[in-house]
Amino acid sequence: MTVPVLLAPPRRLIDATIDGEQVRVPEGTTVLEACSGMGTDIPTLCYGDTLTPRNACRVCVVEVEGARTLVPACSRKLEPGMSVATDSERVRHSRKMVLELLGSSVDLSTTPQVDEWMERYDAEPDRFGPRAEAAALGVRDARHAGDHEPGDGSVAETVEQPVKVDNDLYVRDYSKCIMCYKCVDACGDQWQNTFAIGVAGRGFDARISTEHDVTLPDSACVYCGNCIEVCPTGALSFRTEFDMRQAGTWDEEKQSETTTVCTYCGVGCNVTLHVQENEIVKVTSPHDNPVTHGNLCIKGRFGFQHVQRRGDG
Amino acid sequence: MCNADESEPGTFKDRVLMEGDPFSVIEAMTIAGYAIGARTGYLYIRGEYPRALRHLENAITLARGRGLLGPDVLGSGFAFDIEIRRGAGAYICGEETAIFGSIEGQRGEPRSKPPFPVEKGLFGKPTAVNNVETLVNVLPILLMGGPAYAAVGTDQSTGPKLFCLSGGVRRPGLYELPFGATLRDLVEAAGGMPEGRTIQAVLLGGAAGAFVRGDELDIPLTFEGARAAGTTLGSGVVLVLDDTADLVATLVRVAAFFRDESCGQCVPCRVGTVRQEESLLRIRGGGDPESEVALLREVGRAMKDASICGLGQTAWNAVESAIDRLGLFEESETEEAR
Ligand code: SF4
Ligand code: SF4
Ligand code: SF4
Ligand code: FES
Repeated sequence: MTVPVLLAPPRRLIDATIDGEQVRVPEGTTVLEACSGMGTDIPTLCYGDTLTPRNACRVCVVEVEGARTLVPACSRKLEPGMSVATDSERVRHSRKMVLELLGSSVDLSTTPQVDEWMERYDAEPDRFGPRAEAAALGVRDARHAGDHEPGDGSVAETVEQPVKVDNDLYVRDYSKCIMCYKCVDACGDQWQNTFAIGVAGRGFDARISTEHDVTLPDSACVYCGNCIEVCPTGALSFRTEFDMRQAGTWDEEKQSETTTVCTYCGVGCNVTLHVQENEIVKVTSPHDNPVTHGNLCIKGRFGFQHVQRRGDG
Repeated sequence: MCNADESEPGTFKDRVLMEGDPFSVIEAMTIAGYAIGARTGYLYIRGEYPRALRHLENAITLARGRGLLGPDVLGSGFAFDIEIRRGAGAYICGEETAIFGSIEGQRGEPRSKPPFPVEKGLFGKPTAVNNVETLVNVLPILLMGGPAYAAVGTDQSTGPKLFCLSGGVRRPGLYELPFGATLRDLVEAAGGMPEGRTIQAVLLGGAAGAFVRGDELDIPLTFEGARAAGTTLGSGVVLVLDDTADLVATLVRVAAFFRDESCGQCVPCRVGTVRQEESLLRIRGGGDPESEVALLREVGRAMKDASICGLGQTAWNAVESAIDRLGLFEESETEEAR
């Protein structure tokens, strides 16, 4: 029996201009997609290939001719006749400022590519003054919206605070959190539908939190790790990775990645095992997998210890 | 959707309308609903207006009883009812898309536009959002007819306009003037300044607005006039600062306000408002105004260009206008200001 193949309805092609070059793309294509098609690099932080754009970080902004403000490339769809500049002075200025504002308030040491972008846009995050002392654990989580202690401006406020280590599987280092909302979307209605984490507070005190800031074991979290999968900064990481970084033994040069099929159930999710010195150190999942889109459950994500029990205990 | 959040500091016109004549709001919303074919009107009222809320609730109950709201408005076959939703104190929830989130039970955060509310608004449905003053203006238009209404005011700004006048004038309050009156007319309507006081500056449009100098009172209060003068009418706030006012302290307060009220969604606004406040605090503490102003300009420009919503985009307006128009933080000024 032949099975009919469902095709999406044909999409109209539209013409637009990006950096002076004519492009013809299917209707609905975003500026970012069109740019990656033509090899124009646009930095992104809050954009996730498996998630609906949140437009939160604004590092991807581009200039659309005639528009009052810059627009986010990650979500803005090309329209017929649109003329986009991806590297104008205005664009470079805003990207530089976004990087400086983030760099001065967040620990970006484990955010891939950010150093390269800082250099490209001449960002100097230190020019807002010395960093304020990190807050004690729980202080940021207790802040109320609509109120703050102004200080005297001599130090640059940051989001830094101690790492939250409250379980054996993964840690939350919110000093590194840029509030991209990806973990919240992955945990919520876009993938996991667990809603263990959300955004609490407002303005600079906005933060990712469990319900009433309880520890992860007391929260609704089911440890699927799908939030870790999408976190762009390393704020969320495997406990193994965190411990190895603390011990100074984490070395991506020495790691190999092997994508295989999860052995637990019949769904057959793809898991990518990151192995360093013959030990599995973390597990990710390919984002282009048509079934799971990078998502796993606790077993595929964290259930690998038995593989490396080598009869010594 | 009637936006009665009225959270811009210095704005109180919608409050006066709702407390004084709640039926006009109901009538205007019903007409608007009829015009666009809506069956439900939401009235989002700021949480700090308990009296307006009571008056509106009472008026809605009475209107239902008289068949002015409900499944068959005045026997016309048109069904329309109004639901009230209360805000909980966030400035940002007055933003036309954040209000949707707030009503839907989500965080009150502005959404990226496009899609605009008229395409995809409350609960994903096309939505027309207007504030109380705009809606209530529908009534004189219907009563007088469009041309007669348009004859009031100027070519491009028609009708009467409510101005929320506060600050150092003799009789602060709500003033209704035809569009086209000047700032001076307004100040004079309020009895001018008390003996011996002069106007140092006027903040037009509230915290998100901009300053003009005390010697610029001839600015016509119209959209085009304000624009030509490089400022904005915003929500109709006119805050008069007399010669005793501490401008730097006012700016620091405005900066603190934006820092507190940013929803925290996008980086330029979330962190930019913090850096703006820190810089102003440094100037107040004796920092070098020249380098701080340069820094403020860079941060301000990114907030204006790259923020998601009007809050971040205007968070630097007042500071910018104080620098460029009032000449604040030029060397001599700063000495004085200290
Ligand atoms: S591990 Fe899964 S359930 Fe837990 S917070 Fe992350 S996404 Fe949510
Ligand atoms: S924890 Fe990671 S994914 Fe979540 S908001 Fe912060 S940076 Fe984004
Ligand atoms: S500009 Fe400010 S208030 Fe508006 S969305 Fe961004 S962070 Fe929120
Ligand atoms: S990547 Fe586009 S706004 Fe963050």
